[in-house]
Amino acid sequence: MNGGHGPGGGHGPGPFARGIAWATALYLLLPLSIVLPVSLTDQRFLSLPKHDISWQYYHNLFTSPLWLDAMAQSFWIACAATAIAVICGTLCAIGCWRLARRSTEVIRALMLLPLIIPSIVYAIGLYRYFAWAGLLDTFLGVALAHGVTGIPYVIVTVSTALAAFDPRLEQASRGMGASLRQTLAWVILPRIMPGIVSGGIFAFIHSWDELLIVLFIASRNVYTLPRRIWNGINENLDPTMAAVAVLLIGMTLALLLLDMALRRRREG
Amino acid sequence: MRRDTGWWLLIAPAFLLLTLVYIAPIAQVLAISVMEPSPGLGNYERLFTSESVQRVIVTTLRICIITTAIALLLGYGLAYVIALATERARRWWLLAVLVPLWISVLVRAFAWVTLLRRQGVINEGLIAAGVITEPLALVWNETGIVIGMVHYMVPYAVLPMLAAMREVDPRLLAAARGMGASRGFAFSRVFLPLSMPGVIAAGVLVFIFSLGFYITPALLGGGRTLMVAEWIKLQILDLLRWGLGAMMATVLVLAILATLVVFSRLVNLRRLFGGGA
Repeated sequence: MNGGHGPGGGHGPGPFARGIAWATALYLLLPLSIVLPVSLTDQRFLSLPKHDISWQYYHNLFTSPLWLDAMAQSFWIACAATAIAVICGTLCAIGCWRLARRSTEVIRALMLLPLIIPSIVYAIGLYRYFAWAGLLDTFLGVALAHGVTGIPYVIVTVSTALAAFDPRLEQASRGMGASLRQTLAWVILPRIMPGIVSGGIFAFIHSWDELLIVLFIASRNVYTLPRRIWNGINENLDPTMAAVAVLLIGMTLALLLLDMALRRRREG
Repeated sequence: MRRDTGWWLLIAPAFLLLTLVYIAPIAQVLAISVMEPSPGLGNYERLFTSESVQRVIVTTLRICIITTAIALLLGYGLAYVIALATERARRWWLLAVLVPLWISVLVRAFAWVTLLRRQGVINEGLIAAGVITEPLALVWNETGIVIGMVHYMVPYAVLPMLAAMREVDPRLLAAARGMGASRGFAFSRVFLPLSMPGVIAAGVLVFIFSLGFYITPALLGGGRTLMVAEWIKLQILDLLRWGLGAMMATVLVLAILATLVVFSRLVNLRRLFGGGA
């Protein structure tokens, strides 16, 4: 039972289950890998390379002010949104964890609403609301919207980290006369840092990829990368999009591997 | 208690932000649905009288049910193999689930368009191989929507099912096999019933995510097959029918909350959405 075999011992999954699993894994991964050869095409339209591979579309991507500007905007918005989500989410998770009563359970559940309610509902509401508040098509408006919808990711990861934290450490710290601020900074935050970083990574990816809210609340000034891609797919299907896709997949892979390394350190 | 004031203050920023920037705009949607164009339940009446409203609801439910069924089937096979895999193999299998989960939904839809369109990689390949002479209509219809949506939903189906399966004591399977049960019998009488809570949780999650899904159906549906989210966008941005759009948005939220309430008896919702404790 131990060593070579999994928990099933000699009774692993049958050929039918293995077949489904392999087919599903290929279905999940293969379509994504197609963008790599397509991004290297020598043709003028979306297709596999015919005669030779060509880097022209990467060249296009990194010399086009439109794409570069969209990436820069998305990056700064994601940074601001991540800061909002991480600060609010972490503090809230700690407060709920320490108070641990019915009312804080309700607050925690409310914080998860953005995961449950479809973005379209929030987007149309925000469109009206921001028009009234004068925040349409502003950096601040988009960062606030992405920040508040990023809070749940931080709440989930930080709460998980706190579940493994011994509350007596906090009591001991307060008992020896440390203020709340000192307890937070020296006792609690260092122990849950991996959870905070994980939450930050997910909040960042969330903002960086978010399209629907931006479609509603941004027009000329704020032109993020997902909006640029959206218009590209709807209008011309230029192979430069494949190069963008490869870049984005690479970024996501890097962030995921970073998160996995952090988790292993936390568990190890 | 005075001692607790500081801890409550930690909750305050998130709570204020959520109330002002999230809950208030959504509450406004609910208000618009009964206030515009005239106060009353006129917009909701359309649920029973308007054929186009009913058609979009039926289309959405049909696509969501098909998507959920396929995603559960594929996800179950995958989760089952992951649950029984060795520690090392499990890590690789998990990566195959998590990588697509975190890759931009736009990038995924783009990849599917590249593959499935008339001059796409699959059609060109099949024609070059002589299998077909006319390109197949794989995208910009309901087929395309389902292919793309299942692709998006499978990881969400796998994770809750995997969590449930890992709680099944593997010795039960070994005992069943040891007492002479065939692999199929041990699976259907022992493993499947024990993993059922995970299947229900996954089904609820995939179904509610599918209901309000916008990007993939909009890109792969090509504007001909409308699902609820795209229909709402059309009403509000293109036709400026705020009341009707807000009504459908409210119905969407209520449908999701109702699904959660009905299944909250069967499924531990706190675990589904990553409850900490």
